[in-house]
Amino acid sequence: MAKKVAFLQGNEAAAQGALYAGCKFFGGYPITPSTEVAEVMSVELPKVGGKFIQMEDEIGAMASVIGASLTGAKSLTATSGPGLSLKQELIGYACIAETPVVIVNVMRGGPSTGMPTGPSQSDVMCAKWGTHGDHAAICLTPASVQELFEETVRAFNLAEKYRMPVMVMPDEIVAHMRERIVFPEPGELEVIDRTAPSVPPAEYKPYDTRFGDVPPLAGFGSEYRFHVTGLNKAEDGFPTTKATLVQAEEERQIRKVDANVDDIVQFEEYLCDDAEVAVVAFGSTSRSARFAVNEARKQGIKAGLFRIKTFWPFPEKQIKALGAKVKGIITPEMNLGMCTGEVKRVVEGQAPVTGIFRVDGEPINPGQILEKIKEVK
Amino acid sequence: MSFDYDKYIRPGKLPHIWCPGCGHGIVMKGLIRAIDTLGLEKNNTAIVSGIGCASRLPGYLDFCTLHTAHGRAAAFATGVKMAKPEMNVILVGGDGDGTAIGGNHFIHACRRNINMTYIIMNNNIYGMTGGQFSPCTPTGAKASTTPYGNPDPAFDVAKLAIGAGATFVARGTAYHATQIDKLIAEAIQHKGFSVVEILDDCPTTYGRRNKYKSVIEMMNRLKDVAVPVKAAEKMTPEQLEGKIITGVLYKEEKPEYTTEYAKVIERAQK
Ligand SMILES: Cc1ncc(C[n+]2csc(CCOP(=O)(O)OP(=O)(O)O)c2C)c(N)n1
Ligand code: SF4
Ligand SMILES: [Mg+2]
Repeated sequence: MAKKVAFLQGNEAAAQGALYAGCKFFGGYPITPSTEVAEVMSVELPKVGGKFIQMEDEIGAMASVIGASLTGAKSLTATSGPGLSLKQELIGYACIAETPVVIVNVMRGGPSTGMPTGPSQSDVMCAKWGTHGDHAAICLTPASVQELFEETVRAFNLAEKYRMPVMVMPDEIVAHMRERIVFPEPGELEVIDRTAPSVPPAEYKPYDTRFGDVPPLAGFGSEYRFHVTGLNKAEDGFPTTKATLVQAEEERQIRKVDANVDDIVQFEEYLCDDAEVAVVAFGSTSRSARFAVNEARKQGIKAGLFRIKTFWPFPEKQIKALGAKVKGIITPEMNLGMCTGEVKRVVEGQAPVTGIFRVDGEPINPGQILEKIKEVK
Repeated sequence: MSFDYDKYIRPGKLPHIWCPGCGHGIVMKGLIRAIDTLGLEKNNTAIVSGIGCASRLPGYLDFCTLHTAHGRAAAFATGVKMAKPEMNVILVGGDGDGTAIGGNHFIHACRRNINMTYIIMNNNIYGMTGGQFSPCTPTGAKASTTPYGNPDPAFDVAKLAIGAGATFVARGTAYHATQIDKLIAEAIQHKGFSVVEILDDCPTTYGRRNKYKSVIEMMNRLKDVAVPVKAAEKMTPEQLEGKIITGVLYKEEKPEYTTEYAKVIERAQK
């Protein structure tokens, strides 16, 4: 049978990806340029017996998805810049209470109301450092409509697998453009569900490290009863201030990501093998970069593209290795140097890193990147 | 035979954090008796709170318990209830938690008329953080941040709930302890969003600053100001001056949110 093909908007694809992953709850608050995710979920969720709720603000939306997830429902919220700022306290709650949720954040200009309809890539630091306290972060930055679908599925898988909030951050261009998408058949993409407890209810502890760094999570309303708090907690879920326990718990939560970087990090290397100049880019900017790299090759310049798919955890190992073999790295991005700073940090001076920054609401075009490639080579 | 509270207390979780004379424990006992009266199943009952002394209550009880962030109990609970409408969902918290930082979630839970019960323990102060004024601190009262007397007017929690659309609103006091379980039980049985405000006391941070010599004096004040609804009906506005009406203040049957959403599902699947 021929596969189902559609011409879809990025936000619509994110919603479809969530449904493919088995999402059963959406709690949101409208904000441009993410609103279509909510609109599609409001249409589709009740059809599959799921629940959609428009909450009173983004804080409430974030709270509702954590609450729903604790009953076992895979849960999604979608927002943009100002909404992401409002969600931060409870993103931290999902981190410490180790509750799987997926947040689609469409990047628009900021800070504050900024440029509601302008594309941007300036929320990537907020994805990691937005909420207070030490915590792990996973953030995916897809570059096409197809990838937005697939990465939303993967975001649910990672959230369930590692019991934590996961962010999908398309820039406004990826979220609003329309492209051909081929729907994967059911079963074609892996769909992961959280591990259910195997012990009898009386023995259940929600953070039982006998089962590893990601303890099984029961659901409210099942035969398992447990306590959830945003305070530092012991294995049984109850608050503790015992120094050794708090330290161990915090470290375990960071380790969930740090020890599994190879499972989480995805990237694409395009013509990097013999490259002398590498462009490191993500999201829609990587599409301009690919065009520029092709043009450079036509002009005899050995250029390559390293496309970041997983922004957090940052592909440190791979970009460090890239830095060791090229003469220069170019980092175009729609912000004032967020990715550039990370690339410099991991490259450790092995190669010069030159940024191209744009925050005027216009995409970075291939010509701009090509010019820089010629300069750097 | 005396009532067996231990049946509902999580083993090893007492003693609680509350100060001697704090009213929150009286409310917890009332809630336990109400749950016992109704025979609510532990596995099928979620108790959700925000942050504050009052919000520590769920940790002591042997149910599905969720201690959320400051002010956010109603929003977390809405997610739980929507995802599992068959669960009993009970919210507990303080006056600051519910009417200041959580005020928006509170009024919208009222408006949706979602079938949950919210018990708000109003001690007129931010107890946990050491006695700063809350939106329920009376005008003129002393708090750590109103050293010259509180310039702010206070909320009437029950009126706020009724105005926002809650379909069951009751008020009791920690002095009238034997009434608390009855109000809570009736609230839980009501189909829709029900609010039970219990006036209680914080001797540590409020009583001390406001010249109450003892917890007994604070309790006696609750006794003196409380007028049951029935009695209030026969009183003149002058007689009611400075009094607080207690009992079931408002009750109305209106479409309930999760039931309405079930109809949305039906329509979507047609
Ligand atoms: C976002 C946030 N802001 C402030 C606080 C500090 N805080 C903790 S409890 C509390 C007040 C609690 O007062 P109330 O809800 O009346 O409960 P009580 O302690 O009086 O029972 C405050 C302001 C917090 N925990 N989180
Ligand atoms: S500080 Fe006040 S509210 Fe908190 S436990 Fe003590 S008496 Fe109760
Ligand atoms: Mg209080």
